[in-house]
Amino acid sequence: MNKPYVRPLSKTSWFLTQPRYKRYMLREVTCLFIFAYTFLLIWGLKRLSEGPDAFQGFLNALHSPWSVLFNLAVLIAAVYHSTTWFNVTPQAMPIQRGEEFVPGNIIIGAHYAVWAVVSLIILIIGIRGM
Amino acid sequence: MAKSNKPIFWGLFAAGGTVTAFVTPALALVTLIAAMRYSPDMFTYDAIHVFAAHWLGKLVIFGIILLSLWHAAHRTRVTVHDFGVRADSLVAIVVYALAGIGTLLTLVYLLRI
Repeated sequence: MNKPYVRPLSKTSWFLTQPRYKRYMLREVTCLFIFAYTFLLIWGLKRLSEGPDAFQGFLNALHSPWSVLFNLAVLIAAVYHSTTWFNVTPQAMPIQRGEEFVPGNIIIGAHYAVWAVVSLIILIIGIRGM
Repeated sequence: MAKSNKPIFWGLFAAGGTVTAFVTPALALVTLIAAMRYSPDMFTYDAIHVFAAHWLGKLVIFGIILLSLWHAAHRTRVTVHDFGVRADSLVAIVVYALAGIGTLLTLVYLLRI
C-alpha cells in the first residue's frame, strides 16, 4: 500500500511560505495590540474615576519612552487594521440598489470619509476638550 | 431547524471590527501625544471628565470598550490557533475571561465617575 502524501507544512511557520499568508498573519497580529490597548484605556478610566490627582498620576505614568513606543506600535497596528478592514467592505457587506450593486470604491470611500470625521472628533475631544 | 445564535455573535464581531477600525487609530494618536507630553493643555482631567460624566459619553465609552474587547478577544483566539497552538478551549477561556473582566471593570469605573 502506498503511503498517503502528506504535505510537509509547519504548524507554527506555515504562513512564511507565501506573501499573502504573511499579510494575513500581520493583520491578525494587530488584534493583540488592540486588545492590550483596550486595557490601557480601562486603566485610564479607573484613574479618571479616582479624581484629578489619580488621573495626573496616570498621565505621568504614560510619560515614558516605553509608553511612547507602545502607543506608536498600537497606532501603526490600528491603522493597518482599519485600512485592511475598510478595503474589503465591498466584499464583506455588498450593498444592492435595484439590479445593480453599489460600486466598491463608493463603499470604501464612504468608510474613509466617516473614519476621517470620527478621528477628527476624537482628536478634538481628546486634546482640546469639549 | 434548530435556531443558531451564531448570527448574533457574528454581528457583534463585525460591529467590533468596524468600531475598532473607526476609533482606535485616533485614540492611539491621542494617547501617543499624551505620552510624549506635547503640551500640558492637552488631554486634561477636566476635558475627559466632562465627557465621561455625561450619560451619553459613558454609553459611547462603554460601547467602544465592550466591542473592542470582545472583537480582539475572539481574534486573539484565532491568531493563537494560527500560530500552531492547539489548546483551543484553554485559550478561549483565557481570552473571553479577560474580555469579561475588562467589561465588568469598565462598567464599575464608569458608574463611579
